[in-house]
Amino acid sequence: MSLEIRDIYKHFGPVRASDGVSITIQEGSLHGILGENGAGKSTLMKILSGFYSADSGEVILNGDVLDLSSPADAIAAGIGMLHQDPLVFLPMTVLDNFALGSPGTVRLDRTEVRKELERVSSELGFEFDPSRLARSLTIGERQQLSITRLMWLGAKVLIFDEPTTGISATQRLQLFDTLRKLAEHGLIVLFVSHKLEEVEDLCDSVTVIRQGKVVYEAEMPVPAETLVEKMFGKVFVVQGREAVPLGQPVLRLANIDLKEDTTHLENLNLEVASGEVVGLAGLEGSGQRALLRACAGLLEPASGSLELDGVSLTKASYRGHLAAGVHYLPAGRLEEGLIEGISITEHLVLASDDSTFFIDWKAARKVAETEIEDYSIKGTPSSSAEDLSGGNQQRLLLSMIPDEVKLLLLEHPTRGLDVESAAYVWTRLLARRAEGTSVIFASADLDELLRYSDRIVVFFAGEVFAVRDASGTDGEELGYLIGGKERV
Amino acid sequence: MTRSLRLTATAVGFVAALVFGILLLIAIGAPPFEALGLIVEGSVGSLSKLSVTLLAWSPLILAAAGLVVTFAAGLWNIGVEGQVIVGAIAASWVARSIPGPVWAVVPATIVAGAIGGALWALLAGVLKTHGHVHEIFGGLGLDFVAAGFATYLVIGPWKRAGVASTSGTDIFREEAWMPEFEAFGVSWPVLPVLLGVASVIVVWLLLRGTLFGLKLKAVGSNTYSSYLRGIPTNRYLLGAFAIGGALAGVAGTVQVTAFHHKLVPAISGGYGFLAILVVLLAGFSAVAIAPIAFFFVAISVGSTQLDLRLGIDSAFGGVLQGVIVLFVLLAGGWAAKYGSNTLTPRKEP
Repeated sequence: MSLEIRDIYKHFGPVRASDGVSITIQEGSLHGILGENGAGKSTLMKILSGFYSADSGEVILNGDVLDLSSPADAIAAGIGMLHQDPLVFLPMTVLDNFALGSPGTVRLDRTEVRKELERVSSELGFEFDPSRLARSLTIGERQQLSITRLMWLGAKVLIFDEPTTGISATQRLQLFDTLRKLAEHGLIVLFVSHKLEEVEDLCDSVTVIRQGKVVYEAEMPVPAETLVEKMFGKVFVVQGREAVPLGQPVLRLANIDLKEDTTHLENLNLEVASGEVVGLAGLEGSGQRALLRACAGLLEPASGSLELDGVSLTKASYRGHLAAGVHYLPAGRLEEGLIEGISITEHLVLASDDSTFFIDWKAARKVAETEIEDYSIKGTPSSSAEDLSGGNQQRLLLSMIPDEVKLLLLEHPTRGLDVESAAYVWTRLLARRAEGTSVIFASADLDELLRYSDRIVVFFAGEVFAVRDASGTDGEELGYLIGGKERV
Repeated sequence: MTRSLRLTATAVGFVAALVFGILLLIAIGAPPFEALGLIVEGSVGSLSKLSVTLLAWSPLILAAAGLVVTFAAGLWNIGVEGQVIVGAIAASWVARSIPGPVWAVVPATIVAGAIGGALWALLAGVLKTHGHVHEIFGGLGLDFVAAGFATYLVIGPWKRAGVASTSGTDIFREEAWMPEFEAFGVSWPVLPVLLGVASVIVVWLLLRGTLFGLKLKAVGSNTYSSYLRGIPTNRYLLGAFAIGGALAGVAGTVQVTAFHHKLVPAISGGYGFLAILVVLLAGFSAVAIAPIAFFFVAISVGSTQLDLRLGIDSAFGGVLQGVIVLFVLLAGGWAAKYGSNTLTPRKEP
């Protein structure tokens, strides 16, 4: 058995997410798909699993050309995908989650299904209580449930999209064992990641994707430097920033307690000076977002105090924070930042918010033209937000930041951006900082954290795990800290 | 989707609906072209019929203009029917209880209708913003309450002297009637038409040219982004409800003071719900509602002839209206799905 991906093309507007991808993978192989954020890994996997239709190209499994026009088609053909967020119905029991999507429509024999669940899960070495609610499972257990279900449905190819995000170290080991076992049983396992170490640990062969194209294929082991070079195209040199003298403390968090979903930050103390850049590191969901949202006024601290420029904002509303000079840019550019169906001009009118009742469209258009020029946005004044690429959406968001901002809060400011746009974003942010604005940003990119921060706060499992001066640490140490270990 | 594609799709939908209507007429054994001819003749076939059609057109575009505002804010204001009814009740109250000359009473009924409709809409709005009741359910519930209240008034406190009948209250004093203007031997509903046309223009200006309109669109398209931008989203949602409800209330006023000249239980004439169809067909555009609403009332008014001349129930007009909406929306949906050049990603479940 072999899986052949042949000449897959997929465009999203001007973005070529898959630009003629061909990969062949043999049975029993644990195959890594590597690439940086936005390289086109996820698009390719979504085509394989029937979530997207390719513009052209074929997927051939065992000599058959597959018709993958829906996830159901893919599962019927034997291709199953595990998403970063396991698709589990939280209010339903383990058993019902397992039974979902099983063939047949009317009859549901729970006794029979329960036997099947026990059989398949014991083969895989998992243990479930069928009557437990999926809500009470950890992310790792939800993954195991999804794997069990897909195996029961007859999966021959299993795709794991960044499966180690948000699971514990033990669960990771267990997951890797499972993946090896699956490959030994003759499955084709695709392991999608941008984490080098995991691919080195686990995979038999690897394909590196960059800008929608296959740029490298090899049997493991391969030296890490080679993989890095292939992933990024060129090796970056971290340049030291110009030192900017820090000013007076602007933001002061004292004994803050924050509770949101699974995050529980306790007794957090942090001072940020005028002109300082503080990077927040940690796996997704370790507490960075809660801290940013608290600073923005979207999450009220359970206790403690929050001051900006000597003024208490602990109990202030979101709009109160805005008025005090806080500006927050969340990660979802189109979900929590820009507004679909509204043009660049209209966005800038909303951002300027001078209190005229009638809009002077001529003047507004002129402003838009200037900002488009200033921020090198690829678009016209009448382009809708959703028609812009991620980089240009971020540029538009930057152009909408008011002039007088004391504290800028950013969540993944360069996620998914090409190198040029990312560099541009930071040019702008550093210019702000030089004017005395304090910047707090969360990022998953160690390079970015090291390059632009003055200080780095590392979160682990909902706690502040460590605080380091950026100049006194390196990527390796950060890697350890993010994983919850001090470097030995 | 390009403009030309959308227009083509709309035209195709109309033709398909017409063909369906003809087939339906054949199926019930009626002469199809004679029937369609009767609808045209019965609505615009003479000046007096045109006047009747215009009188029906006015409340429909008032309610539809209001809905353009609530739709812009992303709201499904199903409560519009109730807002028409409460507007009519408020106007009736003024017409029945406040004495005075026509130049004072008529404006007072219009203002009362607007206030009544706006308050009823705000009730649905507050239920949404503060009670987390979706506006569809809140609105639908309030529709029933309003309809029940109108019936109660007609057979209860406001019943005709001596008789409690669902045929309506006493006719209002003539000072409370919207004045008509005679020309070419026909009396024309000039004031209702002016109110209707003005509402369309005002709504068009509001959404196109003002910061309020832009913020409303922003809230409608993405409430959370708008909130993060610092727009007080609840206030804007309530504002949209108030404006939409006020215009629906004026539609109700027209129904009582220009058409029935009394309050009847079915005072809204279904114009609230019909207005929803009109706005859907108009693609939420203020300008497009005027011709589409005219077409719709022409069908409604004209199809009364079917009953008289061919023995077909006039409900056929409603069937035809519904079919047109379905076919046009279907054609538009297909055009959006298959007609665009850039493939959009399928939404993940």
